[in-house]
Amino acid sequence: MKVTGKAHRYGDHVDTDAIIPARYLNTTDPDELASHCMEDIDVDFVRKVQSGDMIVAGRNFGCGSSREHAPLAIKAAGVSCVIAASYARIFYRNALNIGLPIVEQPEAVAAIADGDELEVDFAGGVIRDLTSGAQWRFSALSGPAAELIEAGGLVNLTRKKLASRE
Amino acid sequence: MPEAMTITEKLLARSAGVDHVKPGEFVTCKLDLVLANDITAPIAIDQFYSMGGKHVFDPEKVALVADHSTPNKDIKSAQMVKQMRDFAREQQMPHFYDIGCGGIEHIILPDFGLVLPGDVVIGADSHTCTYGALGAFSTGVGSSEAGAAMATGEIWFRVPASLKFVVDGSLSQWVGGKDIILYTIGKIGVDGARYRAMEFAGSTIESLPMADRFTICNMAIEAGGKNGVIAPGATVEEFVSSRASRPYEMLSSDDGAEYEEVFEWNAADIEPQVSFPHLPENARGISEVGEIVIDQAVVGACTNGRLEDLRSAAEVLKGRRVAPSVRCIIIPGSQQIHLAAVREGIVETFLEAGCAVSTPTCGPCLGGHMGVLAAGEKAIATTNRNFVGRMGHPDSEVYLANPAIAAASAVAGKICSPDEL
Repeated sequence: MKVTGKAHRYGDHVDTDAIIPARYLNTTDPDELASHCMEDIDVDFVRKVQSGDMIVAGRNFGCGSSREHAPLAIKAAGVSCVIAASYARIFYRNALNIGLPIVEQPEAVAAIADGDELEVDFAGGVIRDLTSGAQWRFSALSGPAAELIEAGGLVNLTRKKLASRE
Repeated sequence: MPEAMTITEKLLARSAGVDHVKPGEFVTCKLDLVLANDITAPIAIDQFYSMGGKHVFDPEKVALVADHSTPNKDIKSAQMVKQMRDFAREQQMPHFYDIGCGGIEHIILPDFGLVLPGDVVIGADSHTCTYGALGAFSTGVGSSEAGAAMATGEIWFRVPASLKFVVDGSLSQWVGGKDIILYTIGKIGVDGARYRAMEFAGSTIESLPMADRFTICNMAIEAGGKNGVIAPGATVEEFVSSRASRPYEMLSSDDGAEYEEVFEWNAADIEPQVSFPHLPENARGISEVGEIVIDQAVVGACTNGRLEDLRSAAEVLKGRRVAPSVRCIIIPGSQQIHLAAVREGIVETFLEAGCAVSTPTCGPCLGGHMGVLAAGEKAIATTNRNFVGRMGHPDSEVYLANPAIAAASAVAGKICSPDEL
């Protein structure tokens, strides 16, 4: 699978309150959550973001609360992939579980500029910056994370597990 | 002779049914408790059914707590709480806690004896790491994972490497668990323990009462930690023996257990800490705070809403008045704590001082309700996060501190120590 889109750059420690402020957690509707995505650190994000675009951020992306509403909001906003230097662990698991593609590649993050056109090739493990011509490799997931992706997310995986118990 | 293990490794090995684990290994653990609240449970319940779930794996081992948007702050929140309440009834779950009987999840679960030493617990709330204070392994997960665990009773983990924080010496007046953890986060940063177990030890930790231990483990997540943990001893035994209705096991790290890094703090170096906006790592000693005029003070939350915390705030507020420019909000962490605070007379102290005393709720900690900030306002709070917009308007500011500092600041109208009153 390959995705292409424009980079939206953010810094280190983008927390889940920034991704989706708690004042909007009175709903679980992904589209409604998406309409407030990134609001407190980038009020224009929802207006700017196009389907397929990517969030490119620094260290510890998704730190803070366990709210799955955060990756849900990002996914429903049309973001095809998040590329970060590192992730907070609950966000990382949540993204895998709900099928939001995420890549950890600090060198790419250091080089990609806001607005660059990017292509991420998941099968090949390559990020290409189509604006600058640079490219970076990233390693495939392993262990239970790979099993999750293989199964198409946690819902499918758990459904199979439960069915096999019956 | 088996290889030495840390307490975190022992807890995961025990739950996974294996003799030995080491950092980096994947394990599947049997869960002793799965928790969700009114914000995270609705998605977990929807996913539970999407996964083909029919009955929770063990109704005794799932706890649902209405605490974040309760008492229901608006119609949409009311619907979410109702979905959780209906699910609890349908599944005949004994551990659903509504307003009037419960309180804040991380305060009531230990108080009700639902988490015990030796347990492995997950919760769809990042502060689930609080229960490490009991000698349990506990960590936060997302809603889907909680939904899956409600159906299967298990979860996979990668065994974390451990960081050890050794604190020795006597604490100064007005310094407690909150200051130890803010100091620690200030030293290592908000991702300094990312994916790691944070184990706290040393003579200072061993002499701390339970409330301070819960506060320390509660904020392990604010350093990126997977779990916070303190080896249980006599203090934990005393806390759980009257609460437990099932067997429990108190584990501790072996001599020779491996740590990725060991940090040593001298308790005498730790003064009351204040974390400046907009990250918990921006911790400073109270002597280095300078002049910060505040509009609001909040004492409560899963971090500092215990009876000991209220007593500490009351000690400062007794016979004093909250500054006219400050709204001071006191939120007991549970119905039981609220009642005890009434009986001890400390609620009267708060009311006479000009504080607003609320029923238990997470409310303002996450900017939900019961004390949301306007643009430009500043609050001192005993909560756990000071991210942009955390307590309200994105242009407001939150300063994190312990209950005595928050209370003194409410009186002075600016951030200060009780010694300055």
